[in-house]
Amino acid sequence: MFESLSARLQGVAERLRGKARITEADLDASLREIRLALLEADVNFKVVKGFVARVRERAVGADLLSGLNPGQQIVKIVHDELVAVLGGERHRLNLATKPAVVMLVGLQGSGKTTTAAKLAVRVRREGRKPLLVAADVYRPAAVDQLVQLGDQIGAEVHTRPVGTPALEVARSGLEVARQRGIDVMILDTAGRLHVDDAMMDELVRISGAVMPSETLLVVDAMTGQESVRVAEAFHAKLPVTGLVLTKMDGDARGGAALSIRSATGLPVAFLGTGERTDGLEPFHPDRLAQRILGMGDILSFVERVQENIDTAEAERTAQRMMENRFTLEDFRSQLRQIKNVGPIGELIGMIPGAGQMAGAAQEAVDSGQMKRIEAIIDSMTPEERRRPDLIKASRRRRIALGSGTSTAEVNRLLKQFVEMQKMMKMLSGGKVPRLGGGLGALLGR
Amino acid sequence: MGLRARPSGLGARLRSILGAGTPATDATWDEVEEALIAADVGATTTLEIVDAARERFRRESGGSGEDARRALAAEIRDRLVRVGSGRFELGPAPSVILFVGVNGTGKTTTIAKLAARLKGEGRTLVLAAADTFRAAAVEQLRIWGEQVGVPVVAQRAGADPGAVAFDAVAAAESRGLDAVLVDTAGRLQNKQQLMAELAKIRRVIERRLPGQPRHVLLVLDATTGQNGILQAEAFSREAGVTGIVLTKLDGTAKGGVALAAADRLGVPILFAGVGEEIDALAPFDPEAFVEWLLSE
Repeated sequence: MFESLSARLQGVAERLRGKARITEADLDASLREIRLALLEADVNFKVVKGFVARVRERAVGADLLSGLNPGQQIVKIVHDELVAVLGGERHRLNLATKPAVVMLVGLQGSGKTTTAAKLAVRVRREGRKPLLVAADVYRPAAVDQLVQLGDQIGAEVHTRPVGTPALEVARSGLEVARQRGIDVMILDTAGRLHVDDAMMDELVRISGAVMPSETLLVVDAMTGQESVRVAEAFHAKLPVTGLVLTKMDGDARGGAALSIRSATGLPVAFLGTGERTDGLEPFHPDRLAQRILGMGDILSFVERVQENIDTAEAERTAQRMMENRFTLEDFRSQLRQIKNVGPIGELIGMIPGAGQMAGAAQEAVDSGQMKRIEAIIDSMTPEERRRPDLIKASRRRRIALGSGTSTAEVNRLLKQFVEMQKMMKMLSGGKVPRLGGGLGALLGR
Repeated sequence: MGLRARPSGLGARLRSILGAGTPATDATWDEVEEALIAADVGATTTLEIVDAARERFRRESGGSGEDARRALAAEIRDRLVRVGSGRFELGPAPSVILFVGVNGTGKTTTIAKLAARLKGEGRTLVLAAADTFRAAAVEQLRIWGEQVGVPVVAQRAGADPGAVAFDAVAAAESRGLDAVLVDTAGRLQNKQQLMAELAKIRRVIERRLPGQPRHVLLVLDATTGQNGILQAEAFSREAGVTGIVLTKLDGTAKGGVALAAADRLGVPILFAGVGEEIDALAPFDPEAFVEWLLSE
C-alpha cells in the first residue's frame, strides 16, 4: 500500500514505454496512480485535486503526446510541479532587529521545545547570542525540559516561577533580552489546538507584546489531512512567517508540507531531524519534492558524507573504482567510513530508489552483519585483499576460522565482491546499473 | 465518548447528500470517498470500505441517501468491532500496562488520565518513568503522579528503561498493587535500535512476571496521517501491541487512520483522548466514533 509516488510513476513510465502516443485513457490511468500516491503521502485531498489537474493540463499542453519518452515526461512534470508548489528559494529568517524575536507555535506534541533548542544551536553557530524563553506554562515540566536542553547546549534560558502567565513570561523575557544584548530571543509556547479560542487569543496577545520578526509554525511531518486546517487557523490569527517540519527522520513522506504550502503559501524554513540538538536543517524544496516522490535525497546524502568522510581517502577510493583497481581493502575502508557518517538506515534512505533498503541495511548493522564482513576482510592477508582470486578452498577455511564465520559466508562475500566490481566497471564505462544492487546483495537481500 | 461535533463543511455536505430524500448515485459515493479520505481513513482503506458499503447497500436497501449512510456506517462499525470487544480489563494483579508510540502523541498524559480513572475505580497503582531519554520526561510524570496521587518509580535521567520497569513491577508485587503503568520514550518506528530497546523492556517485564505485560497500548495521535499504519505495524512487531489509544480527538482531526491501524493489527481501539483535563479519557465507543467520522 505504501508504494511511493516514484515507484508508481516508474510503473506508469514502464507501461507507457514504447508507445508512440498516449491515449486519453493512458493519461487517466497515470493520473489516478499519481492521485493515490499523493493521498498516501498525506497530501490534503483538495490540494491533490488541484495538483492533478495542473499536471493533466501540462501533460496535455506539452508535446507529451508526440514525445519520445512520454512516461519520463510525466515523471518530470510531476517533479517540476512539486518543486514549483514547494517554492524555489529557501526561506532565510529575518533576524535584523536586536533582539530579534522568533516565536514558535503549534499543536501539542509537534516538537516546539526541541525545535527551540535546535534553533538556539544554529543561532550560536552563526556567532550570535540566543535567549530561550520558556513560555509553555501549561504542560507539566515543559519549563524543566527547556532548562535542561539549554544546559546541554550552553544557552541561557529565561523562566519565571510556576503560576506566571505566559504573556508575562514572554514580556519579561524580552526585557531581559534587551538588557543583556541578546541577538535572538527564541520564544517557546505551549501546544494548543487551533480551535481552542481562549488559547489562540493568548498567542495573539503574546505576539502583540513581543512583536516577533519570525513566527514559525511547528508541524509534525506525520500530520494527515488536518494539516491545512491547522495551518490556516494559526495563519489567520498570527503573523506566521514560515513552517518547521519536524520528525523528518521518520518514514512519513511529509505531504503536510506540500499541503500547507499550497493552501497558505507559507514557506518551509527548516526540517527537524532526530532528537539531537543539531538536528535542524535548512529546507531545500527540490529535496523534499524528491522525498515525496520517494526518490530519496541524494544531495543531503552527499552533504552528510562530505561532512564526515576523509576526503583524500574517498578520492583515492573513487579513483581506484574508476580504474577498476578496487580491492577488498578499499571496501573495508569504505565500510569503516560509512560507520563514521551516521546511522546507515538514515543514510541509505537518502539514496534514490533505495528507500526500502534502508531498514534492511540498518538491520544488517544492528545484527552485526557489517561487523562480520569486516572480520572476514580483517582475516585475510594484505595480498589476498588485493587479489581475492588467490583465495581458494583452504584459504577460505582459514579465513572463516580466523574471523569466526563460516566458509559459506566467506564465499558469499567474495562472490558479491566480484559482482560489485562488475558493477563498477559498468559505472565507469558509463552504463548505469540498478542502484543499490551491490550493497543490497552484500547485505544478503 | 465526549466527541464534540464541529462543523467542517465536508461532513455537512455529506449529510445533505446522504439525506433521506435524495437517491444515492455514483456521485454520492464519490463524495463519500472524499469525506473518508479527508478523515485520514486512507485511500486504500477508503476504497475497500466504499466498495463493501456499496455492495451492502445494493443487497439490503431501498436506494435513498439515508440507506447509503446506514450501509456505510454499518460497514465501518463492523470493521471496528470485528477486531475485539474493546472492553478494557486489568486482569489478575499486578497487571502491567506498557505504553508505546512515536514522539509527541501524548503517552505521558494518557498514563496520567488512565491512572486517574483506575484510581477512581479503587485500584492501587504505580507509575514507571521509563522514558529516561527525553529531557524532563521523568519530572513530567512525577508531577502527574502527585496530582493524581499515585506513586512514581523513577531513576536518574539516562538510566536503563528496562531497569526502571523492573523496579516498578517488583514494587507492585511486594506492595500487592493492582497495576503498573509503564511510560516509555517516544521513538520513531524506523529507528531499529530504539525499537529493539522497546522489545527489551517488554522482555524484562515478561521475565519478571510471566504473562505480562497484559496490555501494550499504542498511543496514536488523531492528527496523524497514513504513517499511523506504519507505526502500528512496527510497534506491534517489536512490542506486541494489544490495543490502541487514540489521542487528541478534541480538535478537528477525525483520527481515521486508527480504523486502518486497528484493522491491520487485529486489535481494538480501547480509549479516546478528548481533552486536556485529567478526566478527558473515554472508553472507545465504536458507534460514537462512526458518528464522529460521518457527521459534521
